[in-house]
Amino acid sequence: MSTNAAALGKQRTPLRPARVLLHVFLVGTSLAWLAPLLWAVIAALRPYSETSNKGYVSWPDKLSLDNFKNAFEQSDMMHYFGNTLIIAVPAVLITLLLSSMVAFYVSRFDFRLNIFLLLVFTAGNLLPQQVIITPLYRLYLLIDLPGITMSGKLYDSALGLVLIHVAFQSGFCAFVLSNYMRMLPHELTEAALVDGASVWRMYWQIVLPLCKPAMAALGTLLSIWIYNDFFWAIVLISTGENMPITSALNNLSGQYFTDPNLVAAGALLTAIPTLIVYFVLQRQFVSGLTLGANKG
Amino acid sequence: MSSETSTKTPEAAAVPPSGPAPVNKRVPRGHKRLLTRRDRITLAFMAGVPTVLHVALVWVTALASIALAFTTWDGIGLGSIKWVGLDNFHQLFTDNPQFWPAVQHNIIWFVVLILVPTPFGLFLAVQLDKKIRFSRVYQTAFFLPVVVSLAVTGFVWQLVYNPDTGLINSLIGANKPGHYIDWIGDPHLNLWAVLIAASWRHAGYMMILYLAGLKGVDPSLREASSLDGANEWQTFKNVIFPTLRPTNTVVLVVTIIEALRAFDLVFVFNKGAQGTELLSILITNNIIGESSRIGYGSAIAVVLLVISLAVIIPYLIATFRKERRA
Repeated sequence: MSTNAAALGKQRTPLRPARVLLHVFLVGTSLAWLAPLLWAVIAALRPYSETSNKGYVSWPDKLSLDNFKNAFEQSDMMHYFGNTLIIAVPAVLITLLLSSMVAFYVSRFDFRLNIFLLLVFTAGNLLPQQVIITPLYRLYLLIDLPGITMSGKLYDSALGLVLIHVAFQSGFCAFVLSNYMRMLPHELTEAALVDGASVWRMYWQIVLPLCKPAMAALGTLLSIWIYNDFFWAIVLISTGENMPITSALNNLSGQYFTDPNLVAAGALLTAIPTLIVYFVLQRQFVSGLTLGANKG
Repeated sequence: MSSETSTKTPEAAAVPPSGPAPVNKRVPRGHKRLLTRRDRITLAFMAGVPTVLHVALVWVTALASIALAFTTWDGIGLGSIKWVGLDNFHQLFTDNPQFWPAVQHNIIWFVVLILVPTPFGLFLAVQLDKKIRFSRVYQTAFFLPVVVSLAVTGFVWQLVYNPDTGLINSLIGANKPGHYIDWIGDPHLNLWAVLIAASWRHAGYMMILYLAGLKGVDPSLREASSLDGANEWQTFKNVIFPTLRPTNTVVLVVTIIEALRAFDLVFVFNKGAQGTELLSILITNNIIGESSRIGYGSAIAVVLLVISLAVIIPYLIATFRKERRA
């Protein structure tokens, strides 16, 4: 963006009819694109009684945040946000740590194994989750962890979700990071090696700091993906109490929410953290996605 | 040092159309001798721990799916696993009223995504690549659906499709009792209703991939083309589009995989009831539904696995061959 736009910005062409037409088109489609989300916002801002009397497409008498407040309190959303936090934070950090270690190994030391290893990781990440869910579910039920998880098993525990997120996502991150690390000049680590630095030091103090941009991009992307996870949580968590927010919403909309306006408020509340992450870290998010062009 | 690396934006590292990796591919043999015993142990751990975790949870379970597909198992005790050969597959192919519709729906899912939102995403990318004002704002509008989770997308679109309170029926006046159009309940309509929501998201995703691809197009190509008197469409068709080949490959693979993975939206809408069956849903229903037919569910998973690998393997071979050459 930066350099090109700056150079071209100066000679911005005067508005031609074609340009005006293009803007009209883009404004129109943008609004159409946002319509479902705006619809949810409008519904959430109005009390159910009003919309059921006047119909949904009508001028609102009063807008209020009551639905948001009720959705938040009735369903104990705070608790579910907490559940998501204890899953997502460790999952993102461990994924980044483990995948950068593999990437370091693969990109800096050629033990002939590396292409094969990368293939294993990358292909694993491209598989649909449902391919592995049945045995995974059984495995999680088999593994007893008395005292370590609330359920006494890997099943129905935050730990279980963290493990599968790490295992699954590290495939993609290892691939991206190894490509990134391969572009760093080799002299860096060679010099360190000759100076007698340990392998760990090379990784931790030389290579990893240079990978910050890629790590930031992947971290943003992972946070959003793991936060948004629905499938693993639906299958591997059975107690409503233990669910992260996205799958909890699915339960809540049947149990607690009796009117569509409240569901709208709940859905929007659930989306807020990802929207904040996106708006704050937009650049990282987008570059992460294009790094992950091979990601399903 | 830092200046050199900071100019390499993550896009530059974009895989698979990555630029040639500079210099060195491998450490000269001699350096291996510099590694101490401790270094070797460290390295073994660094590569080993993640690999064991990934292989155990992803590949061993995928292989277990294949093995289980030839058995029946009630899930209670490992002793009740019985080998039944191809029975599960036989039953699946001949005697399951949901299987072939699910296969068909997965195919429709792919065809729709590749024919509608994908070209539209490309079109948007080309327009937004023209260095116009407010480009970021437009991008954000098209891109928001990708950020919001598919499950939440499902809830939002339910509000749009709701028969009596939904946006569409309210707008077209079909929200009076007796005149409802039941977008989600009607088995002839619901797949298309879900696909609209899926396309809504997919277009933004494709737009970003193409925008990244277009950034990589050499501006001099465009200039040369306009000097030759080509109009916008001719330039795009003959000059720009051919250079987007690597992006197109990625887009194709991503779209196929998205179509095979499709789950969240449908699950939130109607749990894959009539009209929206999908392979992923059939598998999941075998686990969280009442009846747990593990062997049978695994047989469906194997079908999904085979289709996926038919796409993944050629793609990875092509990608890694390119890498090796680089």
